[in-house]
Amino acid sequence: MAVRERLSGNEAVAYAIKQINPDVMPAFPITPSTEIPQYVANYIANGEIDTEFIPVESEHSSMSATVGASAAGARALTATSSCGLALMWEELYVAASNRLPVVLALVNRALSGPININADHSDSMGARDSGWIQIYAESNQEAYDNFLQAYPIAENKDVMLPVMICQDGFITSHGVENILLVEDDLVRNFVGEREPEHYLLNPQERLAVGPYAVSNYYMETKRGQRQAMINARRVILEVARRFEAMTGRKYGFFEEYRLEDAEYAVVIIGSAAGTCKAAIDQIRNTTGKKVGLLKIRVFRPFPEEEIGAALAHVKAVAILDRSEMFSATGGPLGAEVRAALYQAKCRAEAVNYLYGLGGRDITVEDFCQVYEKLEKIAVEHRITDMYEYIGLRSR
Amino acid sequence: MKNTMEIRWHGRGGQGAKTAALLLADVAFKAGKYVQGFPEYGPERMGAPITAYNRVSTEPVTVHSNIYDPDYVVVVDDGLLESTDVTHGLKESGAVIINTEKRKEELLPLLHGYKGAVYTLNAKAISLQALGKNYPNSPMLAAVVAVSGVMEQEEFLREMEASFRHKFAKKPEVIEGNMKALKLTFGEIAKSRYSSHEATVQLQKERKAG
Repeated sequence: MAVRERLSGNEAVAYAIKQINPDVMPAFPITPSTEIPQYVANYIANGEIDTEFIPVESEHSSMSATVGASAAGARALTATSSCGLALMWEELYVAASNRLPVVLALVNRALSGPININADHSDSMGARDSGWIQIYAESNQEAYDNFLQAYPIAENKDVMLPVMICQDGFITSHGVENILLVEDDLVRNFVGEREPEHYLLNPQERLAVGPYAVSNYYMETKRGQRQAMINARRVILEVARRFEAMTGRKYGFFEEYRLEDAEYAVVIIGSAAGTCKAAIDQIRNTTGKKVGLLKIRVFRPFPEEEIGAALAHVKAVAILDRSEMFSATGGPLGAEVRAALYQAKCRAEAVNYLYGLGGRDITVEDFCQVYEKLEKIAVEHRITDMYEYIGLRSR
Repeated sequence: MKNTMEIRWHGRGGQGAKTAALLLADVAFKAGKYVQGFPEYGPERMGAPITAYNRVSTEPVTVHSNIYDPDYVVVVDDGLLESTDVTHGLKESGAVIINTEKRKEELLPLLHGYKGAVYTLNAKAISLQALGKNYPNSPMLAAVVAVSGVMEQEEFLREMEASFRHKFAKKPEVIEGNMKALKLTFGEIAKSRYSSHEATVQLQKERKAG
């Protein structure tokens, strides 16, 4: 029987870490970190788990120590947020290129400046090219469930890539919601133990991790990373199927909500998807208009073909980004989903709106307006603003 | 969302409005409800105005936005009435509950013509009487339960006692005082069930008489 609880997103991920009992957790223990290392440190201090906690002087060091521990053969993780992730930049690439199956619990928050602590995807979207698998959550339940699936994906021999488990700052991280927890013994069976193939503390095998790679080797390393990402697609779905067998909760690359017969669709990542669902129910109940949602769960690897197929039948689509990339042509999700539509030869009208930057709220009413705009665009075949900001004040 | 009750809390950083919202989520959860409890932070410093929110429902809640048309508003610090329109969007079928040492009539002019029910509670006096210390959270929590009917009062008292027994396992002497604060609050709220409209009429009568 699942355990019925109410937890914040931070508590939920810390609880998942407790159930997994990893070997090493280096973390920078103060702002911009989250409550997650604090809760884990409590579990350790209370003797509930025997993870080695290393309080370090910066996130540059926390990711370095995580990389070191993982290379040694340990199951390692760290947690951060916002500019903490920015300070890990160099090591993110080191973890991925050395094919280390580390996990990062990320709470998505804005990057400076202006200084802001609220929900925003700029931090992880900036790291989207670092070679990490990225999985996002709508709710505390999903943040917890995704975390339990992280090591089985990362440590699969065909993958061996680091995984970033992302959730929205404050909205889920500090918000308390109902949640179903998996029993400890089931989690232990599901996640298992790490059995490293090659590791530094193996006296039987001499090994160097992270040496210089001349031009003759560098490109093959990158192609290897790409192959791992391709393999990750299969493994992510296999792990999701095993998770569904254990819990009954179904996961894939993305969730389709009332999308099957939809004429107008929103594509979005994270907690705002739940608000969009309420708007969809409201619109369908009151007007009967066919509106739907595609909520991205896995952003890396990017499920291009599947997204193209899922949206092939819609008349108009709005792709909503919670981070700017200052290309002056929208955000990162918009660019990739539009490329997916092009590849799928999908002729739907597409707009790319920005919302929620620095924690700006987005409401059911905002989503209703997005759907109204999509209908107008589909009827008139004319787009007046491709890259609108939702909820922007006029002065 | 028709089976969902929405509550907005106004307080200042350090006064426990966020904690009270999380406590309400806790106790409603134990009563079998689907809950949300979440804060909205401004600048991170003591004394800055903060807002916290609750959704309590008989079905799962997916909405992750703030609350703009609440059913109930709780004001932990009456000093906020000068600077914040606490009843903004508040449904007239609902109520605002204000922690204050002042008379309700003094606060009504600060409520921007809100036509629903207004409750005032001297949470400090109740807390001092019951606990000997000023912890306004427990009285304000009991007040919102009594006014909103979000759960049965008996059930609330039962769940709160269980939670105090757990929380104060090493200080059992404070459990009785905390329970007393809750019960005193229920008594105060029962006494003050009249709407702001009636209060305004009363005020006008008093002025004429004076």
